[in-house]
Amino acid sequence: MRFVLDAEQREFARSLDALLTATGTPSVVRAWAAGDHGPGRALWSRLADAGVFALAVPETYEGVGPLPVEVAVSFMELGRHAMPGPVVETVAASVLLSVVGGPAAKEWLPRLSSGAATATLRLDGPYALDADAVDAVFTVRGEELWLASGPGAFRVSADPARRLFSPDDGGTLLARGTHVAEGARVAGDWAAFATAAQAVGVGEALLRATVEYVKRRTQFGTAIGSFQAVKHRLADTLTGLEFARPLVYGAAVSLAEGAARAGADVAAAKLAAGGAAYTAARTALQLHGAVGYTEELDLALWLRKARPLRDAWGTPEVCRGRVLAG
Amino acid sequence: MDLSHTDAENAFRAEARSWLRDRVPDRPLPSLETAEGFAAHRNWEAWLHADRWSAVSWPSAYGGRDADIFGWLAFEEEYYAAGAPGRVSQNGISLLAPTLFDHGTAEQRARILPPMASGEVIWAQAWSEPESGSDLASLRSRAVRTDGGWLLSGQKTWSSRAAFADRAFGIFRSDPEAARPHHGLTYLMFDLAAPGVTVRPVGRLDGKPAFAELFLDEVFVPDEDVIGEPGQGWRIAMSATGNERGLTLRSPGRFLAAADRLAALWRTHGDPSDSGLRDRVADAVVGARAYQLFTFAYASRFAAGDTIGAESSLNKVFWSEYDIALHETALDLLGPEAELADGEWAQGYVFALAGPIYAGTNEIQRDIIAERLLGLPKGRR
Ligand SMILES: Cc1cc2nc3c(=O)[nH]c(=O)nc-3n(C[C@H](O)[C@H](O)[C@H](O)COP(=O)(O)OP(=O)(O)OC[C@H]3O[C@@H](n4cnc5c(N)ncnc54)[C@H](O)[C@@H]3O)c2cc1C
Repeated sequence: MRFVLDAEQREFARSLDALLTATGTPSVVRAWAAGDHGPGRALWSRLADAGVFALAVPETYEGVGPLPVEVAVSFMELGRHAMPGPVVETVAASVLLSVVGGPAAKEWLPRLSSGAATATLRLDGPYALDADAVDAVFTVRGEELWLASGPGAFRVSADPARRLFSPDDGGTLLARGTHVAEGARVAGDWAAFATAAQAVGVGEALLRATVEYVKRRTQFGTAIGSFQAVKHRLADTLTGLEFARPLVYGAAVSLAEGAARAGADVAAAKLAAGGAAYTAARTALQLHGAVGYTEELDLALWLRKARPLRDAWGTPEVCRGRVLAG
Repeated sequence: MDLSHTDAENAFRAEARSWLRDRVPDRPLPSLETAEGFAAHRNWEAWLHADRWSAVSWPSAYGGRDADIFGWLAFEEEYYAAGAPGRVSQNGISLLAPTLFDHGTAEQRARILPPMASGEVIWAQAWSEPESGSDLASLRSRAVRTDGGWLLSGQKTWSSRAAFADRAFGIFRSDPEAARPHHGLTYLMFDLAAPGVTVRPVGRLDGKPAFAELFLDEVFVPDEDVIGEPGQGWRIAMSATGNERGLTLRSPGRFLAAADRLAALWRTHGDPSDSGLRDRVADAVVGARAYQLFTFAYASRFAAGDTIGAESSLNKVFWSEYDIALHETALDLLGPEAELADGEWAQGYVFALAGPIYAGTNEIQRDIIAERLLGLPKGRR
């Protein structure tokens, strides 16, 4: 057993962190929320060059995957930097297509892998994320896989950088059969898994920003970070995140092995990571005081993400049900 | 990143499982916090020791099996899954022994470890004092130099199992003139039956009498029972607190087994329409898995030679709060039956309540997390 990242995986994380830091995601996120997808697409192709979107695509379709540990590593970084766009959905669509196979897989997977195309998907939930920004909107109904004809009606999310659409049923029928339903099940697990990793990253960013803030902000003549009530809340936030992270990697190992318990492990990871990130957001807001309650501070970009990520691709209620079902 | 076990690890686990299947008593032993239970648990330690299962991670020269940390974790999983008795020799095996391996002499190891492993000598930890709990460095009990050794005087308290134990280890002020309270302390071992020692049992919240306070009046300790250099007691003792808070006190096996039993209780006693309780049962299952995987990550780093410091405080806060939540959930599931004090869950609950207090209170652990892991400024203590 060696339940830690190897040197190559740690280096991968560092290089993505450097790439995202150099780009400076806050302006990308703000543009994305305003419907300007240019900067987001540009960053997307740099991430694709770094290999991020090849990780869930099998080699037969010009990918390098499936590599769930690396997916976890990269999605923690994407979360840490609040990367906008249907990153989770593109990975899940890749998994769906690789299970379904056939012409749709041949047509789309190499392009998704290289970053030439982006995709979103709707499985059993009501919305498809960022459907106006992608090259393909896949929808699954029962045993049918469709390529939607358009994004459908737009709804505003609590996180303005998450743009929600209700694609119409219909479009082009790509495949039909039990393998579609099976693909949707596996894709759902991967979507929950990548979202869990992203949530850990979001939580870490919130914690880190808050730690920096409480060291600088003084009240009553001293840094607020020296008050025990403040310290203890941050200590609990760290504890929550540090115990969610191994669940995410544990789920990665189960997915890599195709283990029977993978679904339950993913649900456990999603539950813990979503909860820890949401707690981190509550803590971050509280300890920043009023300045945290403003849109102008970049912190808002992460704050608004935490709750939707907790609920997307598996609410706590759904995850708990899966955990107990085993 | 992998969670696989080697063939040797699997074989070791299988051997432990089959041994435990044959030997674990069918009915639980009486509480080890009572005189009768203490004797029964001491006997169980002798059984374990006879087949070298009492301290699997020790070198075979001292009665162990040379298991590495993964072997030890596997053993613990099997141990608790089998419903085996609590470990009356825990203070010795998990607190004193690691200290002797790191700081003791060869003579001390040869003399002290074998009877510890067999349950012949049960150890108590005598650190806390009436005025020194969280602020342990303020302790006042003294060690005064005498011919061939030291004379101990003062009062220790909250000493688990000391009412029935044979010997104790603790820190004493040997140089009252030292510049700082952490300096001038000496770590030593003494006999609870020695002249000058008075042991007064203190009933715990559950009424069991094994807890005790110790009054020491010029108790002689020979030089060979000093651990490490005189004056270095604080440093030596602190190397053991990492063990206490960290893995060795509460391995994941205990919580995995408890979460399994809770899930089984839910299936037999649960009301499927009570989603509030269902959620807490699910959280307990997830918590045990999180703790197990956190431990595997920690153990992987440890096995690769990393030293693990303040992270043990994360561990301590996690398991102690987890333990209470788990037991509260079980009690809620049991309904009126939960009130029966001799029930297994009720007893576990009362024990769990102490978790956030001993081994360094959770308030103190959160300070350590905030200051050492997050780098926040030190506040007033
Ligand atoms: C079941 C059990 C078994 C034990 N076994 C042993 C044993 O075998 N050997 C042994 O030596 N000791 C043992 N102890 C004692 C234990 O280590 C102490 O109880 C513990 O260190 C706390 O000290 P205290 O009880 O004096 O509480 P205090 O230190 O007086 O603390 C009281 C409260 O104040 C809080 N507090 C204190 N200082 C601060 C601060 N700076 N910031 C915030 N909050 C603070 C504490 O967190 C706590 O909530 C045991 C205790 C229990 C409950």
